[in-house]
Amino acid sequence: MLSQTETAIGPSGRTGKRAKRQRQPNEISNISNLLINIFFWIYTAICVVPLILVIIVSFSDEQSVVQHGYSFFPNKWDISSYEFLLKDYWQIIDAAAVSLFVTVVGTILSLVIMAMYAYPISRGDFPHRNFFSFFMFFTLLFNGGLVPWYLAYTQMMHLKDTLWILIMPLLVSAFFVIILRTFFANTIPPALVESAKIDGAPEFRIFVQIILPLSLPVLATVGLFQTLAYWNDWYLSLIFISPEGHVNLQYLMYKTMLNVQFLTASPQAMAALAAQGVEINLPTETVRMAMAVIGIGPIVFVYSFFQKYFIKGLTVGAVKG
Amino acid sequence: MSVTNPSVSLSEVKKRGRGRVPNFLRVMKKYWVFYLMMLPAIIILIINNYIPMLGTVIAFKDINYQKGILGSDWVGFSNFKYLFSTETAWIITRNTLLYNTAFIVLTLFFSLAFAIMFNEMRSRWLSKFHQSAMFLPYFLSWVVVSYLVYGFLSAEHGFMNKTLLPFFGVDPIEWYSQSQYWPGILVIVKLWKEIGYTTVIYMAAIIGIDHEYYEAALIDGASKWKQIRKITLPLISPVIIVMTLLQIGRIFNADFGLFFQVTRNAGALYSTTQVIDTYVYQTFLAIGDIGMSSAAGLVQSIVGFLLIFLANLAVRRISKDDALF
Repeated sequence: MLSQTETAIGPSGRTGKRAKRQRQPNEISNISNLLINIFFWIYTAICVVPLILVIIVSFSDEQSVVQHGYSFFPNKWDISSYEFLLKDYWQIIDAAAVSLFVTVVGTILSLVIMAMYAYPISRGDFPHRNFFSFFMFFTLLFNGGLVPWYLAYTQMMHLKDTLWILIMPLLVSAFFVIILRTFFANTIPPALVESAKIDGAPEFRIFVQIILPLSLPVLATVGLFQTLAYWNDWYLSLIFISPEGHVNLQYLMYKTMLNVQFLTASPQAMAALAAQGVEINLPTETVRMAMAVIGIGPIVFVYSFFQKYFIKGLTVGAVKG
Repeated sequence: MSVTNPSVSLSEVKKRGRGRVPNFLRVMKKYWVFYLMMLPAIIILIINNYIPMLGTVIAFKDINYQKGILGSDWVGFSNFKYLFSTETAWIITRNTLLYNTAFIVLTLFFSLAFAIMFNEMRSRWLSKFHQSAMFLPYFLSWVVVSYLVYGFLSAEHGFMNKTLLPFFGVDPIEWYSQSQYWPGILVIVKLWKEIGYTTVIYMAAIIGIDHEYYEAALIDGASKWKQIRKITLPLISPVIIVMTLLQIGRIFNADFGLFFQVTRNAGALYSTTQVIDTYVYQTFLAIGDIGMSSAAGLVQSIVGFLLIFLANLAVRRISKDDALF
């Protein structure tokens, strides 16, 4: 659909020794194509360069950073920042474990819960579907604001400083429920459900064995977005987790940003440094960036594998959310 | 939902034939599995959304933890009066509205331009490649973005102060204490992070346009510019309108991560960087002023609700199919 221009090289193009490709009638001129290409190469660089700067700084020598600032071409390379982080690894491991647990459990739970809500309201024969659609939809229109929300979780549910508080608030998103409902309603033929019912299949079995397998594309999309939401979340930790509690990786990064000392709050690390005769003269700048690299790593990894599904998935419910 | 009314006489129920209550029970009997399936989400919505909605009454109270939330004294609108008597109320409203307006206009312009350019690129492979690169910032959390910005703007070591500005012979700038630069910085950062996402949405709309329109235009000798103006833009206008109106509906809600993390919540920058969301957070969790904070939150919610309502009304006028409700 996108460009027949690309595919229509035609049989004549093959004759001769690599004949120059003819410009298709509605294609842009060579010069505009070149300009657009140059523009996007520059823009791509703008998107990637900041990350590269952080990575390079994390591998730089602290002294050269102090003297010449963050630079793409450090005078001296050094990995002492990572060595320093390794000495204090327990805190990073702890935070990474929290992030991983919350992301995996949260994503799976939220997919299950949202799909189980979206399916009934997608069924045309369910008489109360309008009420429950509105019950979900209304949360998009109005919210109580931070203060009552905070009090509900802390004073009423007493979930402060628990892992569950990092999971629960993101479990149900009305936007994704509506996308799921639209998918169930539009792509699953009602006749299929009808015939299964005639065969005597109970509703829940129909849902698990027919609806879910047919909905893998939309489930994958929503799942990826939820994974991203959980992994990248720092807001819930900021609000609900006290400094002594188990924070996740993003929040640890946030704290490190404010103060590298946060990482060295553990006596072990300080003792280890003192034993080596190191003055308490931390490689603060490079350690900070090394911490950022550790936090960025997993998401760049996920990104390189899944970004095409994101782009595909965006178009699933893009037009009519 | 329906409630039995004991005063209704038996004959009246008979007259109505299928009364509401028996009907409801019949539905329950047939669809109890559905109710069971929806139960977890219902419980979460009640805790996460509906109880806080009822909780907005605390904006009208003087909360005293000893007396409890319900037992605290009613104070009417005094929290609101106090809020609007401060200069901050005006600043945060202005900042929120101006930033969001800039985001809406610039995102629309750039993502449309990018989408059209992607669509015209000869090499499909390169087009995909650049789209992927543009999508990378969208995957990063605001914490990570704040690191990237800090790498450039740090006063002592940042790339700007140490490399770029000296190169042009400009004196170093204390970025994190000079508020006048931040409107520009925040707009750039926000666009940088999210333009990949919106571009893909407009790309999808453009790809969906039937190719015959362009072929016909070509036969009529229409130039590329003319094709864009007369075919592409009009045909994707429903998507543009809906996306924009939805953003207008949320114009009172600021992106907390952007204004909190990227500015490192620096107090010196508040005059140009504090928005309603960060103010509510700051007054509540840092200062502990429940009254002011919940009043500001409630004003934001109500205005936001009205705006979404109006925006939807506008969408219905233009294209009924695209309306949300």
